[in-house]
Amino acid sequence: MDRTTPAPEALHDVELTVNGQVRRARVPARRLLSDLLRHDLELTGTHVGCEHGVCGACTVLLDGMPVRSCLTLAVSVSGRAVTTVEGLAAEDGTLHPVQRAFQEHHGLQCGFCTPGFIMTACAFLAEEPAPDAATIRDAMSGNLCRCTGYAGILAAVAGAAEELAGTGVDPRERHRPEGAA
Amino acid sequence: MTTRMLGAPVLRTEDPRLLRGEGRYLDDLGQGAYEVAIVRSPHAHARVLDIDVTGALDVDGVVAVYTYEDLPPRLRERLPVLIPHPALTAARTQHVLAAGEVNHVGEAVAMVVARDRYLAEDAANRIHVAYEPLPAVVGHERAASGQLLVHDDIPGNLAATLTQEIGDAPGRIAAAPNRLTFRLDIDRSASTPMETRGVHARWDADDQRLRVHSSTQTPTSVRAVVASYLELPLAQVECVAPDIGGGFGVKIVHPWPEELLVPWAARLLGHEVKFTEDRREHFISANHERGQVQFIDVGFDDDGRILGLDVRLLHDHGAYIPYGLIVPIITSTQLLGPYRITDYRVRFDSLYTNTVPVSPYRGAGRPQGCFAMERTMDRIARHLGLDRTLVRERNLIRPDEMPYDFGLTFQDGRPYAYDSGDFPASLAKLRELADWDGFPARRAAAEAAGRLLGIGMAAYVEGTGVGPYEGGHVQVETTGKVKVATGLSTQGQGHRTAFAQVVADALGVPFEDVEVVTGDTRRFAYAVGTFASRAAVMSGNAIHLAALKVREKALRIASEALEVDVEDLELVDGHVRVVGSPATSIPLGVLATMSNPLRYAFDASARIATQFASPGTTDRPPVAAGESPGLEGTDFYSPLRSTFANGMHAVEVEVDPETSDVRILRYSVVHDCGTLINPMIVEGQIMGGVAQGVGGALYEEMAYDEHGQLLNASFMDFLMPYASEVPAVAVDHLETPSPLNPLGIKGAGEAGVIPGSAALASAIEDAVGVGIDAMPLSPSRLHALRVAADHR
Ligand code: FES
Ligand code: FES
Repeated sequence: MDRTTPAPEALHDVELTVNGQVRRARVPARRLLSDLLRHDLELTGTHVGCEHGVCGACTVLLDGMPVRSCLTLAVSVSGRAVTTVEGLAAEDGTLHPVQRAFQEHHGLQCGFCTPGFIMTACAFLAEEPAPDAATIRDAMSGNLCRCTGYAGILAAVAGAAEELAGTGVDPRERHRPEGAA
Repeated sequence: MTTRMLGAPVLRTEDPRLLRGEGRYLDDLGQGAYEVAIVRSPHAHARVLDIDVTGALDVDGVVAVYTYEDLPPRLRERLPVLIPHPALTAARTQHVLAAGEVNHVGEAVAMVVARDRYLAEDAANRIHVAYEPLPAVVGHERAASGQLLVHDDIPGNLAATLTQEIGDAPGRIAAAPNRLTFRLDIDRSASTPMETRGVHARWDADDQRLRVHSSTQTPTSVRAVVASYLELPLAQVECVAPDIGGGFGVKIVHPWPEELLVPWAARLLGHEVKFTEDRREHFISANHERGQVQFIDVGFDDDGRILGLDVRLLHDHGAYIPYGLIVPIITSTQLLGPYRITDYRVRFDSLYTNTVPVSPYRGAGRPQGCFAMERTMDRIARHLGLDRTLVRERNLIRPDEMPYDFGLTFQDGRPYAYDSGDFPASLAKLRELADWDGFPARRAAAEAAGRLLGIGMAAYVEGTGVGPYEGGHVQVETTGKVKVATGLSTQGQGHRTAFAQVVADALGVPFEDVEVVTGDTRRFAYAVGTFASRAAVMSGNAIHLAALKVREKALRIASEALEVDVEDLELVDGHVRVVGSPATSIPLGVLATMSNPLRYAFDASARIATQFASPGTTDRPPVAAGESPGLEGTDFYSPLRSTFANGMHAVEVEVDPETSDVRILRYSVVHDCGTLINPMIVEGQIMGGVAQGVGGALYEEMAYDEHGQLLNASFMDFLMPYASEVPAVAVDHLETPSPLNPLGIKGAGEAGVIPGSAALASAIEDAVGVGIDAMPLSPSRLHALRVAADHR
């Protein structure tokens, strides 16, 4: 046990781009990116299921690559670009093709793991636009879901791949519905 | 024409919000709230000698630190025994904060409130608790021996012994031509929702009201228990279950210590307070289930018909018993499955151990019961050299024997009587779906290639939709939109969609116009909760009945306005119209306006209901006797007894001859949950259940050491299945509607998980030829069994 009076924590300025917008915060060095997003920036779509890097619920894209925001320190992402689940649907709320596929294939029940799966799927489909079923299962096997038994999730990713195929759309970008500028 | 919604695979209305990241789960609320960290016992059994909090108070940002001594008298009382039972003679529950003794690792000892969770944890680490460790009681044997006690004043660690008996099992077994006795072991697992527990409270000093948000399966009962322990009138307390990230049973338990401490502190401090449990805390302070030891004694004839069955269960319920005897009672009864067993005796001992308490996890004692019965069936088949499906077939209850009353008492205190089901038809379907008869050829082909294949099956009957009741409120607003509320809460079952389907059909309104709210005591104050696969049965029917009241009222008002007999009216597309002359119609929204006599025309549409615009007859009051204003209705559904769903699973596995790793090649489910409201949602429930069944059979266990330390309290070591472990599942439905409720529904929530361990044990045993008596079965355990068998 520590009996000395603890020193107040030093704070650090963080400036990053989140879903295309520059955001700033002053945080202690130990603050997790998941907490920065959820509690400093109030983007609560990113969820925390374990805080030890196993469940994948907290997955966000860091410069386009999937990372576990619960294993990332907020101060380490200064100057970088983060995409969260809030950054996918069109400005008018129209669902992104990956999101829509999750609805159509019943890829979510409680929805708690869902943002992590969606971000993982977006990064995966950017890299592997025409995956087969085994590759999809493999790519989605780093995230835990306690509700669905995964069947709907795997079907959704396959459906989204089909939908995106040949469109030239980067699945990590915010959705632009046809007709919108 | 409005198309029929009941039975349609409608996409879920809750999804777009959740998919956009706009869900509101517990930890998304109260961004400015103070946060709580709990100091938890590192010992499984110890006396608390002293708690020194001074170090914590130095941490910048700490607001308050509380121990048992700081609590008001009512909060110093033990938590309630939620479900008393006459056999539960030695019930013990915990205190919200330890009062001199701790009985499991993880028990709450002190609470820190701070500006944020980081600081609260810093402070919690600086609280010094002096413990005097005591020997821990871990495992069924040590508990049953009674040599060491969990609670000094409870001899034998025995909370309850309960025997249920029909016929003369010992007599029939003794006289039977064949007899087998054996022991089975099932390890612990837990619900493990992806969202942990959490509670947030705000005391509104202006309104003198307390609002509690809790990630709970029973907001009405949380409200009542908070009011009781905080000594507030019920009218001053409201409880809302926000979006919930899964429950699976663990969130039916209440009050958790934090569910009382957080509201208490919020009121005391005049500030919002929130507790969000972390994952390790969830493992050591949220309840577990499943662990049982079973002793089976069965007598049967030469055809494999069971003549007598005598079962003894040791049930480890952990350090406390807040949820009573529900789990072992369910095991004791539901063990019988779809089989006609006339001579049966079951006795269980519910035992204290120094581990996390036990309460229902999806399946709630049924997976254990199914394991016992189905392992018995397999042993009989093996003993007699008969096909395993044939032995089951010979024991099945026939459809013409329904309703089938066993003469036992179920978990709701009512007769254990099956209402419906066609078990032989289910078995025939399963054999076909799994291509049971084609398996020998598949096995032979695999064998030729040096591969080990096995097939197994298991059947279950699941009592669902237990009472006492649920209610529903349906209101047509003057816009024509329909607002629906029911009290129980939702953890991912798609209730908003399913109940909107029910209402759309009953009222003839577009599905899109119906909005459902669940789990908010401000909207509906009477409810029991979401557990036991009861929500669709109970709230589905209650909402249906409430909607019928609204329908009747709409027709009555329209009949007066149009001067047409009610029999000549119909509800279509949000209008009441005259049959055969659809142009003569009134929108439901207008009927809603007309149903509420007004003095003030607050908007244009309200004019028609004002006193001079619509004088009506002057010889009766504007609101007639027995009437009430508004186009709305409330009703309740309270069943005489539970309804019973049923199903059967078959699974084909491959066992690696070298490593004993088990791979699932094929998984088939036949399922009968009566009328399907939304087959897509039901299928999702089954898939999710199967995944949990697979987890429970092959991976999940709570690895306690002899000191009561949980060695695998993280997702790194407690192995929940990923997509890589869960097989594709083929599902076939049988719909035999329940005669017990208007919609004919039987519950579906838990079914998928029940036969998992039993079916996999059956398949693995078939593959390796070594008896399987314990679950879960990791590759190393299976390997050890195979090696031991080789050396015999
Ligand atoms: S919360 Fe980050 S991996 Fe689980
Ligand atoms: S939908 Fe609930 S955890 Fe995945």
